Parts: sequence; C-alpha cells; structure tokens
Amino acid sequence: MDGVFTKCDSCNQPIYEKDLRARFNVCPNCEHHYPLPATDRIRLLSDSGTFRERDYGLVTDDPLKFEGYGERLAKAKKKSGLNDAVMSGTCEVGGHHIALAALDFRFIGGSMGSVVGEKVARTIELGLSEELPLVIVSASGGARMFEGIYSLMQMAKTSVVLSRFMDGGKPYISVLTDPTFGGVTASFATSADIIIAEPGARIGFAGARVIEQTTKESLPEGFQTSEFQKEHGMVDRIVHRLALKGDLERVLGFLS
Amino acid sequence: MMLDFERPILELEQRIGELRNLAGESRELQAEIARLEDALDGAKRRIFSNLTPYQRVQIARHPERPNFRSYRDALADDFYELAGDRLHGDDTAVRGGFAQIFGHDVVLVGHDKGADVESRVAGNFGMAHPEGCRKVNRLYELAGKFGLPLVLLVDTPGAFAGRQAEERGQAWAISADLMALAKVPVPVVSFIIGEGGSGGALAMCVADHVGMLENSYLSVIAPEACASIIFRDPSRAAEAAAALKLTASDLKGHGVADEIVPEPLGGAHRSPEKTIERVGESLERVLESFAGKNSETLLRNRHDRYRSIGAHAEAWRI
Repeated sequence: MDGVFTKCDSCNQPIYEKDLRARFNVCPNCEHHYPLPATDRIRLLSDSGTFRERDYGLVTDDPLKFEGYGERLAKAKKKSGLNDAVMSGTCEVGGHHIALAALDFRFIGGSMGSVVGEKVARTIELGLSEELPLVIVSASGGARMFEGIYSLMQMAKTSVVLSRFMDGGKPYISVLTDPTFGGVTASFATSADIIIAEPGARIGFAGARVIEQTTKESLPEGFQTSEFQKEHGMVDRIVHRLALKGDLERVLGFLS
Repeated sequence: MMLDFERPILELEQRIGELRNLAGESRELQAEIARLEDALDGAKRRIFSNLTPYQRVQIARHPERPNFRSYRDALADDFYELAGDRLHGDDTAVRGGFAQIFGHDVVLVGHDKGADVESRVAGNFGMAHPEGCRKVNRLYELAGKFGLPLVLLVDTPGAFAGRQAEERGQAWAISADLMALAKVPVPVVSFIIGEGGSGGALAMCVADHVGMLENSYLSVIAPEACASIIFRDPSRAAEAAAALKLTASDLKGHGVADEIVPEPLGGAHRSPEKTIERVGESLERVLESFAGKNSETLLRNRHDRYRSIGAHAEAWRI
C-alpha cells in the first residue's frame, strides 16, 4: 500500500497515500482536509495510550425495519470496523482528562440514529457525572433517515442531556469537520461553549444542493465553508487538523 | 382544493346539491337524494377509515385545513402578539404572544401558514428563518420567567432551507430552541395540527404533552425527499411515507405522541370548527392537569421522556 499514489480531489496533484495517512488525511500539497476515521481522530487528539473506549457494543435495532437499512449497516460495519457512526470514551489531551466522542463519516455518512444519539448522550452524561470537559468532533450528513422518528428524536435526546451539562461548570468544545449538516448541526454540535472548525469544512443546516433545488438561488463561492461560518459569526476559530490537539490543550488550559 | 382520493365524495356532494336545487316536492327525487346521502356517508367511511400514510400527509398539507390563525381566533380570548428576535427582524412564519385559553394565561406560539396567497407568501408557508426560531426562543424565555405555560401549535413543512437562512445560522437557532425547551420550567404543551416537518417542527415539540390530530404527521424528512434520497426515485413518496412511520398512530405507538385527537369524518379541512373544538377540549383538559405542577418534576419528567427514546441494543460490552 505504501507506494500507492492517489490524486488529490482538491488540487489534482498526485500524492502518496502513505503521506496522506501520516498527515491524518490532510493533503501535503494543498492542505485539503479529507474526512478522518474516528479511530484516527482519537489517535490525533488523545495523549498516547490514554483513550478508554466506552459503549463499543451498542448497535441499532433497525426500529422501522426500513428497506435496505440492514445491508447498509452491514456494509458500513465492514468498511469502518465500527458498530455505528461514533466512537466515544475518555482520554487525556495534554494531561487534561476529558470525555470525547468522534463521529465517523464513513459509517452511513456519519448520520445520527439511535446509537449515535445514545453514545453522544452517554458521553455528555459521563462528562457531567465525572466533572470532565467535553469534546465532540462532528462529521455527519445529518439525521439517519432509515430510523425515521427515532433519528429525529435523537436531537431531542442529546439536547435534554446537553442542557444539564451546560448548567454545570465544565466546558463543552465542539469541533466541526467536513461535512457537518442537518440534525447534528441543529442539535448538540452548535450549542457549545466553544466551536472550532477545520479549514474548508462544509457546515450548515441544509446542503447546498437542496437549497439550489428548492429555492433556485445561486450560492456564493465558499458557501457554508468554515470560513463562511466564521465570517457570519457562527464559529470561534478555524484550526488546521495538525494543530488541533495543541489548540484544544490551550483552550482546556484556560477552562480547567 | 380537492385531493385525488376525495373525488368520489365531492362528486356525490355535487350531485346531491344539484338534485336539491331541482327536487322541490318530488318524492322520487327526494328518495334519490336520500340514497345518495347514504352513499356519501359510505364513501366517506370507506375512504377515511383506510387512509394510507401518504394520504394523511396530503390531508395534513391541505390549504383549507384549519391553521394557527383559526385556532388562535377560536381558542384565545385575548391574544397579545409579540414580535421580533431583537437581532435581525420579525419572521411571521411563526407567531406568538400572551393569550388566555380557557381561563389560563399562557404563551401561545404557532407556525402561521396564512389565510390567503399574500399572507401565505409573507409567512413563507410556515417555514421559519433563524429569526423566527430566535423569536420563539425569546417567547420560551418569557414563558419561563413569568411562569406561563407554553402552548405550541406545530404546522410546518420544516425550517426554511435557503441561502439567507444559512447565513444567519439556521442550525444554531434550532439547536438553541431545543436547548431552551429542555429547561424551560413551565408546562410545555405541543399540538401538531398539520405538518410536523423535521427539525423546524421539533424545535416546537419537545414537550410535556404532545397531542396530534389524527391526520397530522411528524417526520425526520419529507416523504418526497426521502424517496429521492433513499430510493433514488421521488415518485415513491407514498412508500417512503409508509416506511418512515410518521402518522399520529405510529407516533403514539412509539411513545412520541401522548394523544391522538380524532378528526371529524372527511378530515379537518371539511369540518374546521368541529376540529378546533376537539383540540380545544383536549387543551383545556391538559392545561388543567398541569396547573400547579412543580417545575422540578416537570423538568425531570421531560428529561427522562426524551432521554429514553431510542432503538439500540447492547450487542456486547467491553
């Protein structure tokens, strides 16, 4: 694998896959940030050997027996090695003990169904009961339609839990990565103390294609990127992936 | 406006009307009218007792269905409307203010689908922009501060998906509403009176009591959009509507709705007054039952209710 070339979708330059992986899926040539598997995200952020995973075994019940969902789940599990679209647990970041959840876009677009909702809720509760700062890294197309009303209700679930956390004294730092949309953006990902976004990430409520189709509006260059959201006052900082750990250590230093 | 599946009903009604004009004293015609009336009743029962989920969605969207304005005018003795989000503007896709309902002072909020073309357009067909969501947030805060129960009438295709809505933080505004509902220390009573489209609807129905009219719906996505994304075929909307389990009875079964208010035979759009009366009766009963409830209990129950919704299993532990 190490000798394999690939072409960057963003700059069209050939890059070594090995180099791309060593840089946590950031193009060495143009710095484009590709989605990052949750396992790598945790390796990127946590102090070596400190991550303790929780709730790995949670799986969805496919409550609506939705056509095609079973196959999609099986494929996603195989592709990602995960049971659903989030990994969660505790770890240390620069010596700060935190509760951490990272969504994984490879698993049905990082969409939020019962398992994502439940594991995010449990991570928030862990932060509350153990008095830990909370960091959630989002990457999601939104709600998981295959779970119908259950997926919509995960927005309510994470919100009622997060509301309690926010009344405590510990910080919640939300990291938005490419892409973060829909029910995830419209629930736990944006009601944070601090919002950090990765460069060039697409972040919003409705996707650009949906907006163009329904309103026939032409959308400006860079619409819904992190830079656009920062300009509109929606995120605090844009931080390069390879500087993210250091950035979190700094902000945790101020808040704990 | 006539829905396709209502055609037999409307045709019978038309013929009855015509015969009435002609009949006069004619026994024969009177008998025919009586026969047709029986047939009409039969047709209504046949059609309306076998509605598919997608037909219910169409009824929920019917332009003549009673909407926020009709309920406000019929049920609120004194509606003192409040406007604006104090940041950007006033979005009339949602309206709200103080109201007296069956002797209770409340904060009444609802999506306003308008009464005619002009007001429908002005209210963006009940699809709120962020300033609408933030107005609602203000109203939640006011209700909490002054101890007034919240009565929320849900009737929206969804929060608006548009350029300006994104520029002003639509997702942020919805998230803030959910967070506000999670902790507002007064009774929250939601009624889905028509459409319950996704996050925009949810921002008004994280509640202590969720009532649904028989032909209303609540869904994570519109069936048409679901069909085109998942089935890659927008013409399969009826199938998507069935698969999404979005009807009032589905939602009651899944613990999302507490109560289904039956609509008069033929649907709310054909008997608006009767429908509003039934919602009013339920509202009166629910407001009465929450009167004097301790806010800590309310908040704990609300938390526990939404905390427990999910369909996950512990395959194994590590």
